[in-house]
Amino acid sequence: MNVAVCVKQIPDPATPGKLDPSTKTLVREGKLILDDSDAYGVEMALQLVDKAGGGEVTLVSMAPNSEVSGLRTALAMGAHKAILVSDDALKGSDALTTAKVLAAAIQRAGADLILAATESTDGYTGTTPVQVAELLGLPSVTFAKHIEVDGSTVKVNRQTEAGFDEVECPLPCLVTVTAGVVEPRYPSFKGIMAAKGKPVEELKAADLGVEVAVGQQVTDVAPAEERQAGEVVVDEGDAHERIVQFLEQLKVI
Amino acid sequence: MAFQKVWVVAEAFEGKPLSATLELLTKARELGATVEAWCWGGDVEAYAAGLGEYGASKVYSVGDVGGVLPGVPVAAAMAEAVNGGNKPDAVLFSTGYDPRDIAGRLSAKLNVGVLSNVVGLAEDGTSEHAVFGGTTVVRAAFSGDTPYLYLVRPKSFAAEPGGGGAATVETVSVPDAGAANGAKIVQRHVEERTGPKLDEAAVVVSGGRGLGEAEKFSMIEELAKLLKGAPGASRAIVDAGWVPYSYQVGQTGKTVKPTVYIACGISGATQHMVGMKGSKNIVAINKDQEAPIFSIADLGIVGDVHKVLPKLLDALKNRS
Ligand SMILES: Cc1cc2nc3c(=O)[nH]c(=O)nc-3n(C[C@H](O)[C@H](O)[C@H](O)COP(=O)(O)OP(=O)(O)OC[C@H]3O[C@@H](n4cnc5c(N)ncnc54)[C@H](O)[C@@H]3O)c2cc1C
Ligand SMILES: Nc1ncnc2c1ncn2[C@@H]1O[C@H](COP(=O)(O)O)[C@@H](O)[C@H]1O
Repeated sequence: MNVAVCVKQIPDPATPGKLDPSTKTLVREGKLILDDSDAYGVEMALQLVDKAGGGEVTLVSMAPNSEVSGLRTALAMGAHKAILVSDDALKGSDALTTAKVLAAAIQRAGADLILAATESTDGYTGTTPVQVAELLGLPSVTFAKHIEVDGSTVKVNRQTEAGFDEVECPLPCLVTVTAGVVEPRYPSFKGIMAAKGKPVEELKAADLGVEVAVGQQVTDVAPAEERQAGEVVVDEGDAHERIVQFLEQLKVI
Repeated sequence: MAFQKVWVVAEAFEGKPLSATLELLTKARELGATVEAWCWGGDVEAYAAGLGEYGASKVYSVGDVGGVLPGVPVAAAMAEAVNGGNKPDAVLFSTGYDPRDIAGRLSAKLNVGVLSNVVGLAEDGTSEHAVFGGTTVVRAAFSGDTPYLYLVRPKSFAAEPGGGGAATVETVSVPDAGAANGAKIVQRHVEERTGPKLDEAAVVVSGGRGLGEAEKFSMIEELAKLLKGAPGASRAIVDAGWVPYSYQVGQTGKTVKPTVYIACGISGATQHMVGMKGSKNIVAINKDQEAPIFSIADLGIVGDVHKVLPKLLDALKNRS
């Protein structure tokens, strides 16, 4: 079984985000890393291919400046190869344009199953994967907390507001995973060395026949209204009384 | 642009529209002359009156979708209506499991973008988004073809009835979506939960990593119960498996705006605060005086949750 995994390469979330004052979009310069959210999809793909007894895991990513750091991390985990779409023309792409690029790259790779994260850490639109599925004419199951492949059917436990649903879907299809789906492995030293030699095919939007049209713009950036801090009390063994008083004042009790 | 017609993708649970749906209808009424809703599932007739009261003049019912996930069939029916000439200027979705699927599908079908994580929407179609943990507001606008699709975070708008009569219900058939329509629900699992829902409770008591261990979350549950509220959690303890994801408050969880929010052993990371800083009153208990949560708390207690909470529980129990 061949699995394609969408992996986003993002600025390190530990460093504070910045907006470019002229374009008003998120600054994505400098070294990018593998989005943590996508490590789950990579791990799931590796385990499913392993269980199926063969096949390949292909990474698909769109990122600026020919960035491969995040891809190397996922290759070091064990993915076989990667397709990277990097093109200045794609700067500031919205989710739909990103989806068009990813869909075309996935078509090129060919896959029985496509995995992505439920939402990315930096963009968190959460729509890109479903847009990919629609563009490819495939079914999709979002919010997976458990995945099994049984022949040509994928069985997913899909998180819901009330609990979860057992969903079955024929392959090929797209599934988005939550953080609960598997525990991602850490790349081993051997894996890191092997990753250096694994193939990364780099493409432009035009190679995939994707036309770039951005239909939304940031018009304004402003600081949000601040909430003021109130009183801070150090507990001397009677702080619970202050809380009771506070709740009484509010007529909550 | 001024909107002439706005569609709202409506969700219902146990025969009643969700509050997130009523919030969107209220907003849509402010924005457009005509408000129409889209629904799926069996009992639309039963709650169409409720949708009408909040502003919908018509409800398109896709009906029972035959056990498949609703994303594909509902988007297919909506796209067919649009392509047939029934075109709204905007469609509002709430950020939930199924509406997000529908929005993504519809966007790709109609080749129009989606603005996600919307927390405000002006009459000219400009949307507001809270970024960097709610410290910054970004405004965005569409420039392409209509309909404009907006995925809105629940609790962004107040729900207020507009006094409209019952909406008329029009049954819409689902076009054949082919292989894409293959994801079938074979079994539903409902987790037992008592008390008010997290996003509707007047009091929310949340616990974080400062509780130290999973067992101590029972203090949070007990306090929530005594205050007739709902328990919530930081992502740290959801990821650690102490409580289910449905408890999570914050950027990737729920937005809550209760009368009182009590944060116990939560540091106040920006991603947590963006989901609760709209609460009317905030109480925080944290042993670290420098914890960021104190910067937005109306009452901050610098103390140990293992000391303060047991005493608080006793005091409340003695009152009742
Ligand atoms: C993309 C992204 C999305 C995220 N989304 C969310 C989200 O939706 N919701 C969310 O909550 N987080 C979210 N996070 C995670 C967030 O950044 C924090 O890691 C998380 O909120 C921390 O949880 P915490 O406050 O419980 O733990 P910690 O940050 O570890 O804080 C524990 C606190 O407990 C205090 N403490 C310890 N012992 C005691 C004691 N005995 N008594 C009193 N206080 C004590 C400590 O002083 C500390 O302040 C997200 C992160 C990312 C990158
Ligand atoms: N530029 C990208 N490259 C690869 N995968 C992406 C990209 N953007 C989004 N995705 C995938 O879609 C998921 C959801 O992203 P988002 O729609 O930004 O929340 C991500 O976690 C990835 O799996």
